[in-house]
Amino acid sequence: METQAITGEKPKAAEKWRRHLLPVGLSFLLLLNILVFMEHLGLEIVSRYYKGILILSFINIVLAVSLNLINGATGLFSIGHAGFMAVGAYVSALLSLNMGRWGFLSPQLQTFIQFPLVLFLGGLAAALAGLVIGIPTLRLRGDYLAIATLGFGEIIRVVALNLNITRGARGITSIPNHTNFWWAQLFAVLTVVIIWNIVHSNHGRAMVAIREDEIAAEAMGVNTTYYKVLAFTIGAFFAGVAGGLFAHHLSYISPKSFDVLKSIEILLMVVLGGLGSITGSVIAAVVLTALPEVLRFLQDYRMVIYAGALIILMNFRPQGLFGRAEADLAVLKALLKSRAGEIVKSRSEKRGGNGGSA
Amino acid sequence: MSQFLQQIVNGLSLGSIYALIALGYTMVYGIIRLINFAHGDIYMVGAFVGYFAFRAGLPVPLAILVAMILPALFGVTIEFLAYRPLRNKNAPRIAALITAIGMSLLLENLGILIFSPDPRPFPRVFTSEPLRYAGVTISEPQILTLAVTLGLMVSLTLFIRYTKTGKAMRAVAQDREAAQLMGININQIISVTFVIGSALAGAAGVMVGILIPRIEPLMGVMPGLKAFVAAVIGGIGVIPGAMLGGMLMGMAETLVTAFISSTWRDAIAFGLLIVILLIKPSGIFGSSSRTKV
Repeated sequence: METQAITGEKPKAAEKWRRHLLPVGLSFLLLLNILVFMEHLGLEIVSRYYKGILILSFINIVLAVSLNLINGATGLFSIGHAGFMAVGAYVSALLSLNMGRWGFLSPQLQTFIQFPLVLFLGGLAAALAGLVIGIPTLRLRGDYLAIATLGFGEIIRVVALNLNITRGARGITSIPNHTNFWWAQLFAVLTVVIIWNIVHSNHGRAMVAIREDEIAAEAMGVNTTYYKVLAFTIGAFFAGVAGGLFAHHLSYISPKSFDVLKSIEILLMVVLGGLGSITGSVIAAVVLTALPEVLRFLQDYRMVIYAGALIILMNFRPQGLFGRAEADLAVLKALLKSRAGEIVKSRSEKRGGNGGSA
Repeated sequence: MSQFLQQIVNGLSLGSIYALIALGYTMVYGIIRLINFAHGDIYMVGAFVGYFAFRAGLPVPLAILVAMILPALFGVTIEFLAYRPLRNKNAPRIAALITAIGMSLLLENLGILIFSPDPRPFPRVFTSEPLRYAGVTISEPQILTLAVTLGLMVSLTLFIRYTKTGKAMRAVAQDREAAQLMGININQIISVTFVIGSALAGAAGVMVGILIPRIEPLMGVMPGLKAFVAAVIGGIGVIPGAMLGGMLMGMAETLVTAFISSTWRDAIAFGLLIVILLIKPSGIFGSSSRTKV
């Protein structure tokens, strides 16, 4: 019963989600697009600073939603996502720097073809890393898997620190600054759509079954190893794409950009949004990207408050903002009146589950 | 050869630090199945308390004692304020883990706020010449570290094995509910575990201040992670496992730094972990339990 939170919901509930949240979300996005587009008409409404935050939010959405496929939907506790991000970032950055000029195309057109290609290749490299790491480690369970993925994430970082091609601790500089609002938005939307569809497909059901009870899933004929590796590889692919976007946004990457803290930051977004809730991940990614900026007026106290808020939030809503349910307008409205807990709870009770544990 | 022996000595003293931190991780994990990420920062607190104790001119044994007691108070307070309410609510384990991460961030950033992020030199406690024997140099801080670690480990083992509280700790680790039914006050035992673990981490902090005379608010992050890895290597929840795992980790790191390259140092810790996990997922001393349907 519980699985319905992330798979089909009841058809009716899914209908409701589409009816209410999607139009609101899309119109918000559209408004944002119009505001940003104004600058091409000579009217800069969204300043560079805010656009930077928006781009980072989109990148973090890609990261959080892809980690949610691994941690939330499949229930594999992975805390090495920054490692895959690093693979994608380095591969795409190095490709961008070494592809040269294609004489037969104008520079704009070349970027238009080359940039998605480079991101895709970065994602593929990360997926390959995910496959290679996933096959041996996914035999482990629970905390052991967590610590092994953390270990691999660190190993990827140290390898980047030691290879010549990645230029060690100095990092790679002057990466072409291709990531703009439109690209970042495009990939964020693509990621959400693709992962949403995966989770709601047959493959997704198999993954959710593994999360709920691995042994039972296996007994029902689910090839658990296959689906675990699949979820891990797909998650790694999108982390790699996000890494590529990140590298082409900041124009500079170094092994330090992809340390344990980065992995933990992504994990925080997923847990805060609610494990298994894709909309939750999206909202938490935006909130956690904006929060440090909003708290900037606190200056030195900023990070202390941030950490304190995290602890308090976890104490009040241990299951994250949305638990396993997808956000819809009722929950959002209630959340503003801080009654969301009751709604999510009563819904999961109706479904016969209790939000569940990780 | 003498260089190799020298590295063994260095590895043992670094390993002692890891082992002391790993003990706290393994004890807490053994009892409440929580990776207490804030543990590495308790070690940082120990180092800073030691710093001020030495600056105030306290004699060495007293300074070490203070640097154990204050972190112990920190540890048990964190347990009381952050982890216990979650346990009472039966929160999912990941919520406890995120709270632990939050605590760790909180301690680090408080440290940065209060002490500034810049590293500061630890007061020189020992000034006499190091001992030399057969080409191997052993400094006084190294001797102190090894002696204190050995002493603490022996007393911990005796405590766990022969006292009533120790027995209760083992009982809670084995089966919490059954232990409760036998009249053991679970929360009290968990508090005791946090006190002991944090005191050991505090001791490690002050030792590392004496060994490598440089401390900073973020000094706990990496050693904390590696000590946890050491606990997993030895078999998490198993006390001799944490000791062995810590020593192995220190040894491997020193040898890699000396004979390969210091930049690969961090990779060896995690490489070792993955090799062990793949061969024997429950760690060297851990007993594997099969999941039954």
